Amino acid sequence: MIDTKVDLPGLQLKNPVMPASGCFGFGREFAQFYDLSHLGAIMIKAATATKRFGNATPRVAETASGMLNAIGLQNPGVDAIIGEELAFLEPYQTPIVANVAGSTMEDYQEVAAKLGNSTVSALELNISCPNVKEGGVQFGVDPELAYTVTKLVKEASAKPVYVKLSPNVADIVTMAKAAEEAGADGLSMINTLTGMRIDPSTRKPIIANQTGGLSGPAIKPVAIRMIHQVYQAVDLPIIGMGGIETTDDIIEYLLAGASAVAVGSANFKNPYICKELIDQLPDALSAHQFSSVKEVIGGAHYQTTST
Amino acid sequence: MQREWMTIVAHQSIASQTYLLELQGSLPQFVETPGQFVHIQVSDDFFLRRPVSIADVDSDKGTVTLLYKVMGKGTDALTRKKIGDKLDVLGPSGTGFPIDKLTTNKALLIGGGIGVPPLYYLAKNLKSKGMEVTSILGFRSSEDVFFTEKFQALGDVHVATNDGSMGTRGFVTDVIPQVDGYDTYFSCGPTVMLKGVKEQLKGVPGYISIEERMGCGVGACFACVVECADEEDAKGYRKICSDGPVFRPEEVVL
Ligand SMILES: Cc1cc2nc3c(=O)[nH]c(=O)nc-3n(C[C@H](O)[C@H](O)[C@H](O)COP(=O)(O)OP(=O)(O)OC[C@H]3O[C@@H](n4cnc5c(N)ncnc54)[C@H](O)[C@@H]3O)c2cc1C
Ligand SMILES: Cc1cc2nc3c(=O)[nH]c(=O)nc-3n(C[C@H](O)[C@H](O)[C@H](O)COP(=O)(O)O)c2cc1C
Ligand code: FES
Repeated sequence: MIDTKVDLPGLQLKNPVMPASGCFGFGREFAQFYDLSHLGAIMIKAATATKRFGNATPRVAETASGMLNAIGLQNPGVDAIIGEELAFLEPYQTPIVANVAGSTMEDYQEVAAKLGNSTVSALELNISCPNVKEGGVQFGVDPELAYTVTKLVKEASAKPVYVKLSPNVADIVTMAKAAEEAGADGLSMINTLTGMRIDPSTRKPIIANQTGGLSGPAIKPVAIRMIHQVYQAVDLPIIGMGGIETTDDIIEYLLAGASAVAVGSANFKNPYICKELIDQLPDALSAHQFSSVKEVIGGAHYQTTST
Repeated sequence: MQREWMTIVAHQSIASQTYLLELQGSLPQFVETPGQFVHIQVSDDFFLRRPVSIADVDSDKGTVTLLYKVMGKGTDALTRKKIGDKLDVLGPSGTGFPIDKLTTNKALLIGGGIGVPPLYYLAKNLKSKGMEVTSILGFRSSEDVFFTEKFQALGDVHVATNDGSMGTRGFVTDVIPQVDGYDTYFSCGPTVMLKGVKEQLKGVPGYISIEERMGCGVGACFACVVECADEEDAKGYRKICSDGPVFRPEEVVL
C-alpha cells in the first residue's frame, strides 16, 4: 500500500492533489464529471470583499505550452461565497482552501475575518494576481507590503494562512522570508507570470487587459526552480503549482520541495485531470521506488547534498 | 456533458476554407437543444480546446455534424484529421435555443458566415415542430457559400454576399426588409452583424448566439463572460459557455 497522506497546517490531505484557485470555480461545474470527495483539497476562486465583474473580454489567449489569462478576480463577493458556494461544497468533506484577494489592506482583513468564521480549512493569501489595477500583485512584489498584509490577515483570522507568491520578482527567497516572518503557516507557489500576446492582424494585444498571467507547462521549470530555492531557505510547507499535467510532474514538484500540489489550467483541457492524477499517483510512486508521498518531499535536496 | 474520443466518419471541404466534420460516439444522444456546441482538443500541440457548434445530429447513426472554417492554427490542424481518426471532444456544451418553450409559428433565421451552422439544426427542429422557417444567410462571396440547398429543403432561403457574387449584394441586414410575416427571429454570426440585426428587429422577439474566447468551456474560469443589459441584474454577467451561447438580445450587452 502506497501512503498518499500528507498533513499540513489545517489540511489533513488524503492525497496531495488539489485544483488550483481560479481554475475550478467553486467546484460546481466539476461535480458533474466526478465525485469531488476524491480530491485532496479544493482551492476555490478568489474572494474579494464585494462582488467584482472583472476585466473586459477577451480574457484568455493560447500560448506555446500554456495560456494567458486576465480574468480580473471576478467573483460574487465573500458573503455570497460563504452563503452559497461553501454550503454547496460542505457535503464533500474535502478540505477547502479559500483564496483571499483585495485592493487594500482593509479589504484583505475583511475577507480574511469573514472566512475565518466559515467552514474553510485554510486561507490562501493571494498577493500575486497580476491582473488587477490596484492591490493584488503590488503586495506580492514588495517584501514589506507582503509582510504587513500577511500579518494583518493572520491577526484577522485564526485559520492557517498559505501565502501565494508571485514569480514576477527578482528574488523569490526574500518574499518567502517576509511571509515566514509575518507568521505565514505555509506558502503556495507559484502564481502566473505576467505576459503579453499581440495579434499581427489587428496590431493590438489579444487580451483586452493587454497583459495576462501565463500558466501551463511553459511555467513549470520556473516554479520548480523557485520551490527548490525557497525550500532551502525557509521552514514552511509549500503547495506547488504551475503546469502540472502528469504524475511525473507531481513527483518533480515533491522532489523540489513541495508538500502538496495544485493543478490549474490543465483542468480546462481535461476536466477529469485531478481525479485521474490521484488514481494514477500510487503506481507512479511505486514505479519510482517510493512507498509514500512524504518520502518524496524535498528528495532532490538530499541527493544533491549526499553526492 | 462528457469527454469522449469520437471517431471521424466524414470529413470534406464544402466551401472555401470550410469543412464538414462528422463525429460518431455516444455524445450525440445527450444533445438537448440546437445551438449547443462541442469543445474540441485538436491535438496535444494546443493548450486550449476549440468551441464548434453542433450543425446537425443523426441519432440513428450516433453522429454530430460540425461545419468549420479555417481561422488559425487549430482549425488548420483540424483539416488534416482523417476518417477513422479519433478526436478528443467535450460536450454537448452550453445552453441552446429553447425550442420547447417557443410559441413561434413563423421563424426568421439570420446567419452570417460561420454563424450559419447551428441554425441548420435549429431549422430542422423548428420544421419538425410544424413551424415555418425562412432563412437569410450571409457570406463574404459565392465561394464561401454552403448548405443553402439544405436550408431550402426546410423553407425559403435568401442569400446575401458582400461582393454580390451570389444573391443580394450586401449584408443580411439589407435582406431583412424583404421578408415579413415572421413572429420570432434567431440569429448567429459575427458580433457586428448581431448588433445590426438586434437594432433592426427591435420589438420582435428573438434569440442570438454569441462568441467569445474560452478557457474551460464548462463555466468555471470566467473567461467568456458577457455583461447583462439590466443594471439591476443580481449577477450582472452571463457565461457564454454555460448560460449561453444563446441569449435573448435584450439580456446582454453586445
Ligand atoms: C460557441 C461557439 C461556437 C462556434 N461555432 C463555430 C462553428 O460552428 N464553426 C466555426 O468555424 N467556428 C465556430 N466558432 C469559432 C471557432 O471557435 C474559432 O474560429 C476557432 O476556435 C479558431 O481556432 P484557431 O485555432 O483556428 O484560431 P486561432 O486564432 O489560432 O485560435 C487561438 C485561440 O483563440 C480562440 N478563438 C479564435 N477565434 C475565436 C472565435 N471566433 N470564437 C471563440 N474563440 C476563438 C481559439 O479557440 C483559441 O483558443 C465558434 C465559437 C464559439 C464561441
Ligand atoms: C483562468 C485562471 C484564473 C486564475 N485565478 C486565480 C485566482 O483567482 N487566484 C489565484 O490565486 N490564482 C489564480 N490563478 C492562478 C492559478 O491558481 C495557478 O497559480 C497558475 O495558473 C499556475 O498553475 P497552472 O499552470 O497549473 O495553471 C488563475 C489561473 C488561471 C489560468
Ligand atoms: S470558458 Fe470558462 S467560464 Fe466560460
